This record gives sequence, structure tokens and C-alpha cells, in this order.
Amino acid sequence: MSKRSLWSKLKGWSLFLPVVSLLLVMAVNIIHDISVGANPFSFFMITLRETTGNGTILYGRIIDILNRGSEVAILAIGMTLVVSSSAGTDISVGSVMSLCASFCCMLLAGYGVSSTSTLAVPLIVGILAGIAMGAVCGMFNGTLVAYFGIQPMVATLILFSAARAIGLLLCNDLIVYVRNGTFGIFGGYLGIIPTPVVIVAICILVIGLLLRKTALGMYVQSVGINARASRIAGLNSKRIIFLTYLICGLLAGIAGIVASSRITSADSNNIGLYFEMDAILAVALGGNSLGGGKFNLAGSIIGAYTIQAITTTLYALGVSSTQAPVFKAVIVILIVAIQAPPLQAYFKKRSAAKQVKGAA
Amino acid sequence: MDNNVVLTARGITMTFPGVKALEKVDFTLRKGEIHALMGENGAGKSTLIKCLTGINDFEAGEIHVDGISGPVKNHSTKDAQEVGISTVYQEVNLCPNLSVAENLFIGREPMTKFHTVDRKSYVKRAQKIMDELGISVDVTQNLENYSLAIQQMVAIARAVDMECKVLILDEPTSSLDDEEVEKLFTLMRSLRDKGVGIVFVTHFLEQVYAVCDRITVLRDGQLVGEFPIAELPRVKLVAAMMGKNLDDLAEIQKESTADVSKNPLEISAKGLSHTGTIKPFDLDIHKGEVVGVAGLLGSGRSEMARAIYGADRASTGTLSVDGKEVRIGQPIDAMNLGMGMLPDDRKAEGIIADLSVRENIILALQAKKGMFKKLSRAKQEEIAARYIDLVQIKTADQETLVKQLSGGNQQKVILARWLATDPDFLILDEPTRGIDVGTKSEIQKMIVKLAGEGKSILFISSEIAEMLRTCNRMAIMRDGQKVGELDHDLTQENVMKAIAGGGETHE
Repeated sequence: MSKRSLWSKLKGWSLFLPVVSLLLVMAVNIIHDISVGANPFSFFMITLRETTGNGTILYGRIIDILNRGSEVAILAIGMTLVVSSSAGTDISVGSVMSLCASFCCMLLAGYGVSSTSTLAVPLIVGILAGIAMGAVCGMFNGTLVAYFGIQPMVATLILFSAARAIGLLLCNDLIVYVRNGTFGIFGGYLGIIPTPVVIVAICILVIGLLLRKTALGMYVQSVGINARASRIAGLNSKRIIFLTYLICGLLAGIAGIVASSRITSADSNNIGLYFEMDAILAVALGGNSLGGGKFNLAGSIIGAYTIQAITTTLYALGVSSTQAPVFKAVIVILIVAIQAPPLQAYFKKRSAAKQVKGAA
Repeated sequence: MDNNVVLTARGITMTFPGVKALEKVDFTLRKGEIHALMGENGAGKSTLIKCLTGINDFEAGEIHVDGISGPVKNHSTKDAQEVGISTVYQEVNLCPNLSVAENLFIGREPMTKFHTVDRKSYVKRAQKIMDELGISVDVTQNLENYSLAIQQMVAIARAVDMECKVLILDEPTSSLDDEEVEKLFTLMRSLRDKGVGIVFVTHFLEQVYAVCDRITVLRDGQLVGEFPIAELPRVKLVAAMMGKNLDDLAEIQKESTADVSKNPLEISAKGLSHTGTIKPFDLDIHKGEVVGVAGLLGSGRSEMARAIYGADRASTGTLSVDGKEVRIGQPIDAMNLGMGMLPDDRKAEGIIADLSVRENIILALQAKKGMFKKLSRAKQEEIAARYIDLVQIKTADQETLVKQLSGGNQQKVILARWLATDPDFLILDEPTRGIDVGTKSEIQKMIVKLAGEGKSILFISSEIAEMLRTCNRMAIMRDGQKVGELDHDLTQENVMKAIAGGGETHE
């Protein structure tokens, strides 16, 4: 009896489906490992490994997923807030990542320089300027959406197409390489831990505290659910929507720095390419309604890592990188379908019918 | 069918989820008459019109149109036009960047034998139509060059040229000035003389008596009756729309008698207005005073409150709170001055449906404190518990989503939200709508009690009786304007006469 109540409690948990989705992807790995005769738990194995470049580091598929999924996880945090407050998505985040990376590298290398090992400005200035550029982009989007009342998709379409090109302009159409060890640290390792993982943790901590220790979380949801009623109750609905876009842009800037640091360069054409779609998908996989209102930040972050887990799993299964998107699409359809209201209603009806049968 | 009758609707019934919008409504329109369709907002006027014009598929009943055998069932406005029913709405549904002539014939352009548009003949025909109707326009000019009144007349001309037998005018005068209204009336009268049956929907009582021959009154989706204009003076019309019978008005005891007119002023509005919704008004409210606002729905009652509270930013005038002149840009400014407003549209402007009862109650208090001074969870729960108890909200617990509560309890949640901010001036717009009788009197008692504590209240209600019980004074609203105040002899009859206005108070 208590077992069943625990089960029903679990099913009522808001993160139930996102977690189950992630576990399912992990299960595929276990089954695969068993079928090829490897250690069934090799997926979860974390070992210390000596590398030539980074010294001793943590190694394993889980670590790889946490590391590689960092950018999308950071974007998903901002995207969650944007979706909640404005019932729309910010499709510019991928391009903004690229712009921020370009701006940062351009400052570090100096305009027109395509490769440098000495920094033109202190590292911290370049990094902060890159992140600030993200915040500026966020403010631009926020102004259009909140104060001009433009549809979020249309408003962010502007920077979606322009930001990457502006980045190229800043870099004089070059791929700017910053071959300086200190710049690579944001995409590299901090001791034995991948730095992006630490950065994600800091982002979650800061935003989490902001949502918990201030009333922002309630404000964002309240505005997303009913902006007119929120205004009557004394909230500045427009300013709150603006703020969510600002935060989203700022986080895109951070993600851009991480992505750029990984390759120690600003490859404007490739950094953050299609990341906005993964970020939106992460929010959806996390069980959040794209119609705005209530949000679940933890769900979005789990969603982001689920996407990365799928990719890593497909590579582990030997799917070629050109074909991976097809399989990824199939898995995403399954996960989204499980969470869709009509199927949920069907499952509920079936389990109710089963209970009636059991009683009879 | 009577020879003179052009349209009959019998037993029209229409339900929206959970609401009976129309219940067995009859409506008869004769040739050559202007027939007012009256009722408060939500009485079913628009629904009935939509049934006639094919926008709504009604569930039961029959519509007959002169010259068509068998019942008519329209499925689109095009169907309706084919049987001779045309509608002109408040917003003109024409193309402003096309010429008047093009607008007249859009969708039915005269053709040459080569199947191209016959431009020459249609300009001629258009000018002829407009001349016949006595509308002086150059039909080759773009429609946008003319005033809204002319645009509306073009829309009417278009309907008339399509050989309509029934012309429905849905609030055509809302955005016209007096002169333009008069022009429109002239056109309506000349159409009437040509034998067109006109249905006229308006909430301006003056206009009904200026132009109409007959009135049909609806209330809560039901037919109250059809009356020749001479048999239904204003007061009786208002009574019919509100559902009060003048004959059995019981004398109501007022509970508060204290004289508060010597108290200092809490609110003083001078010439405050909001363009398009409420004309400039003056309003003084003393500390400890309850001022009622009486008027029909749509008369500007809510709009007056919204202009004070900053829900609609005032376009003109000044507002003083506690003797100091203030500027209110948006609701939070008003809240910081000690105001609160319970809006009349609970769903659209009151509840935050997906948030819990607790969050809904503390929302305004939190907004007042500011984002960075978050109320601790314990504090939130304490406040929520106190007000759930005080206004007796029936909820499973504090964490229940407010959308799962009944309408009356949702209303109490919003009342609790404002009480929690401890306002000096509280605007209550229909606070008792959808609330059971027992709680209604509780809320009325609470209003009197708050006033006793020196708080000022602006109380808007469709139920004159409950305002009589609580208010020291009443502001009378009509046609988007404050038309007067009553501070003595507050009786239901006097208030209703004041609402109706006009010279027919001696009946």
C-alpha cells in the first residue's frame, strides 16, 4: 500500500516525466553495453585519466554529457524565463552567442588581427564585454517585445539573422584565434573538473537564488499567466518581461564565451549554430508549456542534458554524425508525445479503468 | 406572416459553455420601423444579432424572413446578406485605402462583357446611390479621407444597395459626435421611410428616444418584452433592463448614518478623464465615506474608477490624494498612495489563474513591498491564513490553484488580496457579483466596517439596493459621463430616475 502511494507521489512530481525521459536515454546505453558484452554500467563509469594537454581530469560519458551540454543548459535557463513571462521564444540566442564570442575575441586580439598569443586588453575586460554584449542584445529584444508589443518570434528574428553577421563584421570576416592559455580555461578544465560544468553550476545558483530570494519567480509567472491582472495588482508587467529577455541575453553571452573558449577562437559562422532550437527543445522537454505561465527551471536543465545525452548515446551506438539528427528527432518525438496532454489523459483513463477492473 | 412584418425570430435559444446566452427569445421587426434592441452588457443583444446574421448557429428556434418560404438558417454573413439581412458594426469593416465607390461594390463589381471591372459605370452608379441617400461625398476619393460617420454611412449605403430588407446597426454611434449622430439619424429615418426595417443597438438612452419607434428589451438572455416607444418611458426602460419592478420596491434601511461630509478629503478628482471611455468628471471622497456609483453597465462606472486608479492613465485633469496633488502613471503608483482596486472582470483582470490561493492573496502586498523584499514563506502563509479566515474563502488549502475555486471564492481571494495591503482608499467594482446572498451581506458589512475605520470606499454595483445599504452618497453615471450626485433621499426609485435621466421623471 505504501509502495503504491509512493508511486503515485512520484507520478505527481513535477519533474517526473523529464527525469523518466533522461533515465530512458540512459537505459538505452545500458542495454547497448550489455548487448555488446561490455560492462553494463560503463555509461556511469567515471575515471581519472591522464591527458597531455590538461593533466589529470575526470573522464566518462556522464562527464562528457555534463560538459558538452553546458551551453544549452545555460541557454535553457534564460529561455525558460522568457517563455514563462512572454509566452514566446527568443530565437536569437544562438546568433547572440556567436556575436558575443566574436566581440570578446576581437577585443582580446585587437581589430583585424586573426591570430594572437598576446592579449590586447586584459582577459577579464574581454570576457565581461562579451557578456555585456549579450545583455545589450537581450535589452534590445526585451524592448521590442515588452514596450513595442512585437511578437517575440518576430522581434528576436532580427538578431537571429543580424547578430552573427555583426560578429563577422567585428572580426573583419576572419576567424579570430586567441592562442593564449588563460582564455582556453572557460572551455577547458578547472583542476579535474570541466570548467563549463562549474559555470553552469554558478549560473543555476545565481538565477536560482534570484528566483528564490526575491519575488522575481512569482512575478514572472504571474505576468506570464495574466499580464493585465498582474498590472492591476501592482506589477510592472512590461518591465518584468523586459527583464527576462535581458537575463536571457546575458546568459547567451556567457554561453558564447564558453563555446568560444572551447575552440579558443571566434568562429562566427559556427558558434551557437542551431543552439536556440536546442534551448527551446530543452524547455519543452522539461515539461514547461511554451504557452507561458508556470515554469520549472530544473525541468529545463534536465531537458538540456537529455538532449546532450541523446547525442552522446547515438555516437556511442555508432550512428554517424550526419545521420544522428534523424534518430534524435525520433527520440524527441517519443519524449514529447509521452508528455502530450491527450496521451496523458489516455494513460490516466487506462489506469483508472484498470483499477475499476481490479476492484470488480 | 403578417404582411407588414419583415423578420420574425421565434424561440431562439443559444448556449455557450456553462451559460445560457439566449433562452427562447422572440423578436419581430416590421417594415419601415426603427427598432431598438436594449439590454445591459451580457443581456444577449449581440448574441441575438449574431444568430440573425449567421455568425452564431443557434440551437433551437426559427427565423422567418419576408419573401422567403420556410425557416431561414444562416451559416455566414454572406447567407444573411442573400436573404436581405445586413449588419453595420461600430468598427467599419471596409477598406480605408480604397475609394468610396470601390468600397460600395467590393466583391460584386459591375463587369464588362470581357469580365473586367467596368470602372466607368460603377463610379456613376456609386455617385447616384450616394446622392439618393443624401450623402455628399466624392466617390472617387479614398474612404480614409472621410470622417468615421461618413465611413459608417458608406457601409450603410453598401448594405442598402444590396437590397437589404433588414439593416442591423450594432452600436453605430459609439464613436460619433453629436452632429455626426444627427446625420446618421437623418439617413436612418429616410431608409425607414423607404420601408427598410432597422434594428438599432445602442446603450445611449437619449438616442433610443430620438429615433426609435419600438423597443425590445432583453435581460440575462431572456425576453423582457416588446414595447412601442410611447408606452415605455425611460424609468420603466431602465427598470426593465435591470430587472427591478418599480411597484414593489421595498424601503431599504440604511445601516450607516454617521455624517462624514465634514471629514477631510481622501480623494479629490478635478476634470479627470480618459479619452474614449470617460468624459471629464469631478469627484470628492471624504475619509470614512462610502461613495456608490450608479449607472447601467457601460455607462462609464468602471471607467471612472479606472481613471482614478491609473488602470487607464488619465488624459486630462488632476487628482489629489489626502490633499496633495499626485500623478498616477500606473496602478503601482496608486497602490503606493494607499489605493486598491478590485476590478469587475474577475477572469481578465483579477485572478492569476494558475497561481495558488496563497500567491494570489499576497501578490499585491508583495508588489507594494517591491521585488527584493520578498515576504518569507512563513509570513506569506500567515497572511493567507488570516484572510482566508476573515473573508471565509472555501478552499482545500492555501496551495490550491485559484482557478479550481468557485467564482464567488475567487472573488473573495481578490478581496483578500486588497485587504492585505491595508488600503486607505479601496475601489470595489462589482465585489458581490456571483457571490451567494449570505456572503454578500458579509461583504456589505465589511464595507461599512472599513469606512468606520476611516477608510474611503468607491463602491460600484449593479444592485442599487446594496449600495443604498452602505453608501453615504452616490455618483450617477450615464453615457460615459458623470451626470450628477445624490446625497439625500437615497431611494431605489430616485436613483433609478437619476440613472434614466431626461424629463420623464413624473410618470
